[in-house]
Amino acid sequence: MTALTTQSRPSLDNSSLSKEDYAGIEIEKKYKMIAENVTISYGDFVAVKNITMKFPEKSVTALIGPSGCGKTTFLRCLNRMHDMTKNAQVEGKVMLDDIDLYDKSVDPIYHRRKVGMVFQKPNPFPTMSIYDNVVAGLKLNGVKDKKILDEIVEDSLKMAYLWDEVHNDLKKSAIELSGGQQQRLCIARALAIQPEVLLMDEPASALDPIATQKIEETITELKKEYTIIIVTHNMQQAVRVSDFTGFMYLGDLIEFRETKKLFTDPKNELTAKYVQGHFG
Amino acid sequence: MTTTQQRRLEYRALFKQNVGKRLAVDKAVRIIIFSCVIIAIIPLGSILVEVFKNGITAISYEFLTEVPGSIGSGEGGIGPAIQGTLIIIGLSSMIGVPIGVMSGIFLSEYGDNQLARTIRFFNDVFMEFPSIVLGIFAFLMIVLILGHFSVWAGAFALSLIMFPIVARTTEESLKMVPVTYREAGTALGLKKWVITFRIVISGAKSGMITGILLSVSRIGGETAPLIMTILGSSQFFSSMDVPMDALPLRIWRLSLLPYDSAQLQGWGAALVLIIIILGINLGVRYYFANKKGSIFGRLIKQGVSGKK
Repeated sequence: MTALTTQSRPSLDNSSLSKEDYAGIEIEKKYKMIAENVTISYGDFVAVKNITMKFPEKSVTALIGPSGCGKTTFLRCLNRMHDMTKNAQVEGKVMLDDIDLYDKSVDPIYHRRKVGMVFQKPNPFPTMSIYDNVVAGLKLNGVKDKKILDEIVEDSLKMAYLWDEVHNDLKKSAIELSGGQQQRLCIARALAIQPEVLLMDEPASALDPIATQKIEETITELKKEYTIIIVTHNMQQAVRVSDFTGFMYLGDLIEFRETKKLFTDPKNELTAKYVQGHFG
Repeated sequence: MTTTQQRRLEYRALFKQNVGKRLAVDKAVRIIIFSCVIIAIIPLGSILVEVFKNGITAISYEFLTEVPGSIGSGEGGIGPAIQGTLIIIGLSSMIGVPIGVMSGIFLSEYGDNQLARTIRFFNDVFMEFPSIVLGIFAFLMIVLILGHFSVWAGAFALSLIMFPIVARTTEESLKMVPVTYREAGTALGLKKWVITFRIVISGAKSGMITGILLSVSRIGGETAPLIMTILGSSQFFSSMDVPMDALPLRIWRLSLLPYDSAQLQGWGAALVLIIIILGINLGVRYYFANKKGSIFGRLIKQGVSGKK
């Protein structure tokens, strides 16, 4: 499989596409998050080029594309995680409901509590128990009421489909869990802060097929309550879990449509080549 | 035959030729490593054996609790010195550890700028400072200004020795904590100081404790700065503003005396100092090893039970 180099890259002829094909999808659902003209650069390197994307409420949107296409970079800007990277620069607007997360008056810490995040590698806090991991976001933010915490632990673990496996040893250290369980614990931890949006950065890439299946079931279930944006390398996974899919290539958003349509009837030549497995 | 096959055969032949040599090199490296360990252990072990052999005969209840007797009589003990050493270690740690830990946190978590790079450089220079220079500094800054020897001056001088060590080891241990935990904390909407103090530090605890213990051991044996600051005394502690005794000072004085009985007491004092330092080390490690939820404790237990 030969990867496309910059030279052999087909020109981005978007003229045949209507605007909503790559800018957003016109649907009846409300948009939960809207990224407008987002450009992200590290020093001189532009990783994400002027992307506009609308994320419908209570649905799963997948971001696919070959390595280095900027999908993780883009995902992290939706949570202002780039604040942690010293030379990362974000331009444009990211609207969460009607608040621009990049507005100067906005406190990123407060808004991160509305946008949960699950990372590629399971990263439960190693020094904490399962229980403490789930409530870390609340406890360390000052919620002390044991009754509330107990309730949230149970709810979050149930939502992440982990409750049945761990409810007898909540005091056990989180790192004694298996990789798949750890990842579901991280999902529970992200859910415990009661977010509205859930960002997932290749949540199943480090897991075996059975654990992956469990994570996917979790995602499908969570869709009823949350707006989920998931980055994945795995195209089958995008087909299985997502309602909408955006295909990114070298920092551009090439095509963004309903998942079914994007995979069965891609309008862009590049998308077609990618979803058929000609490069990646 | 394809090139790959040909190459395979060539290499195999090459491997066969060198088997003897490779085994010999392997053996030689093992012997070198093992002898280096022995060479390092011999002086350490012989010092310990010597101190124990000579010191044990000096130790008695009176020796540990009483004030020194008249010079050369071989009577009395090192009570004030033991008390003084515990006081000075405690006081210096109370000053040096918090400052060191905070500096280390600054260097690791907020240290991506010119100011921190400068501080880190001077911290490293400071760490290698001869301790007597710090003693003279404390002498000039406190003893001369107050007009008398002072326990505070001693604690100040020793904490100056402590904090660069604590700062450096704290910084290194914090840096060892993977950035993914900081990211997870950030994504949960936690404030930076909460992430640092509640998540990052708990992952770095064992390294930080090692650094603190290292610095305690280091100051426990310091003599030169104490001569300039607390001077030494044959009385128990009475006030912060008068001279106080400490074990290194007592060992130094006793070893200079020309009497066998005094030198025997010196050996005894040295043994007591070693036991105190060892006790602090083991005590602190044991405490943290048994503390609930401590990763350090789990590691130790895993080490003990040989479980991974």
